[in-house]
Amino acid sequence: MAIRERMSGNEAVAYAMKQINPDVMGAFPITPSTEIPQYFSKYIADGKVDTEFVAVESEHSAMSVCIGAAAAGARAVTATSSAGLALMWELLSVAASSRLPITMAVVNRALTGPININNDHSDSMGCRDTGWIQIYAENNQEVYDNYIQAMPISEYCRLPIMICQDGFITSHAVENITLLEDEVVKDFVGEYEPAHYLLKKDEPLAVGPYGVSPYYMEIKKAQAEAMKSAGERILSVAEAFEKISGRKYGFFEEYRLEDAEMAVVVIGSSAGTGKDAVDQLRAAGIKAGLLKIRVFRPFPMKEVAAALSGVKAVAVMDKAEGFSACGGPLFAEVRSALYDLEDRPKCINYVYGLGGRDVTVGTYETIFGELAEILRTGETGEVYRHIGQREGEE
Amino acid sequence: MEQNNKTVEIRWHGRGGQGAKTACLLLADVAFNSGKYVQGFPEYGPERMGAPITAYNRISDTPNRVHSNIYEPDFVVVVDETLLHTVDVTSGLKEGGAIIINSTRNPKEVRKQLGGYKGRVCVVDAGGISVRTLGKEFPNTPMLAATVKVSQVIDPEKFLADMEESLGHKFASKPQVIAGNMEALRFAMDEIREEQ
Repeated sequence: MAIRERMSGNEAVAYAMKQINPDVMGAFPITPSTEIPQYFSKYIADGKVDTEFVAVESEHSAMSVCIGAAAAGARAVTATSSAGLALMWELLSVAASSRLPITMAVVNRALTGPININNDHSDSMGCRDTGWIQIYAENNQEVYDNYIQAMPISEYCRLPIMICQDGFITSHAVENITLLEDEVVKDFVGEYEPAHYLLKKDEPLAVGPYGVSPYYMEIKKAQAEAMKSAGERILSVAEAFEKISGRKYGFFEEYRLEDAEMAVVVIGSSAGTGKDAVDQLRAAGIKAGLLKIRVFRPFPMKEVAAALSGVKAVAVMDKAEGFSACGGPLFAEVRSALYDLEDRPKCINYVYGLGGRDVTVGTYETIFGELAEILRTGETGEVYRHIGQREGEE
Repeated sequence: MEQNNKTVEIRWHGRGGQGAKTACLLLADVAFNSGKYVQGFPEYGPERMGAPITAYNRISDTPNRVHSNIYEPDFVVVVDETLLHTVDVTSGLKEGGAIIINSTRNPKEVRKQLGGYKGRVCVVDAGGISVRTLGKEFPNTPMLAATVKVSQVIDPEKFLADMEESLGHKFASKPQVIAGNMEALRFAMDEIREEQ
């Protein structure tokens, strides 16, 4: 029986962790992810789980703990945000190239410069090319569900995984949630039994040795192949998850996209706000739709192109400024996906919501208004745009 | 949208340390217990005691998908009336809604500080009630009760029963705290003053 509850996104992640009872957690507190190790430490203190919690002096060490534990054959988890994720940077690639299935809850927060504690995606987008699977959530329910699916994906693919949610917006908001029973979660996630690990005495193994040139590229190619095939596993785990939860997941969610003339592509909590905007436009007879990206790494390029193939104009929304001078990271992927379509939609980019700048239904109305203008005139105009910022006086 | 019309939106204004965020999360709790879909979330900035803080509730019969702050609330709750000098508390407040303010003054006098707001102005001496019942200034619990009474977002009697149960659970070893809090809630509901 499903359990009707209410809790914040951080509580939801800690609760899922409790149900899974991982072997090791290495963590260092940083806003807004601090509550995850905090709640989880309480579960440990109360004897609800027997996880080895390693309190460290930095995120660099937190990830090192996870790498050491995973290499030894343990199921290792951590949680972080923003500058904490940035401090892990060096180790992220070590974890991925060592093919260690570590599960990291990322509570997205703006990278420092200037310092800011609020949400955007600059932290996880900044490490999108480190070889980690990345799955994003719209709300507390999705982050809970994604977390439960994380280990069956990661351990099978032997790739580390980030389960991302929007800092404060979902991490600190109390909302309704439907939880699964402990036994259902335990059965679904199963025990971690790696084929190869450091402490397997009959099979000596080196982890993290020097990769000389005659071997380095083969290792990278193998990682790339693992990421390419991860998509299939993500879908099969989602299918199995639907059987225990009744909730359907894929690479993305298509909202009223079937006959849409214009669409926005977005990641995270702002998608729900966008759905309300779509409903309002639909009620006025305007064919608007929305594509919410759930899986960003691996990027579902063919599937995104197919989903947007009938649309005439697309706005891709980036909650991270990539400083490419021509658009954000999601825009780069989506526009690249559209290139292979015979009849491509016009495509613009909006960088939005940086450092906690609020995104309202009105923000979407403005964006759809711009898309309608592109459809009317046939002119794309400026491709790389920002929305929600104040403009200085002349 | 039918769904949006049914969503009740509440904005809380308080100062860091007064428990406005806690009251907001408690309201989400009790509304959840009465079968609603809820959101309760604070707006975070640099946190320090005494700084103005804002928190929000969305309460509805269908899931709340919007994840923005609330700009056109049905109800505004002001836990600290000194904020009336510095914060535009009635900003976007619907005329058909109400503002609920922690104050010893009469509603007519308070209204003068509300920038021409035309809707209902309700005041309750939440500070005084908490001193009377709990011996300390904890205005958030009485403000929560007053908010339930004015907004009718959940049945006030159901609210009291639910609070009694959850306080009983939380303070099982301190029955005097339970009694004091329950009194604070009841007094707050009875002592709301409104212009006639």
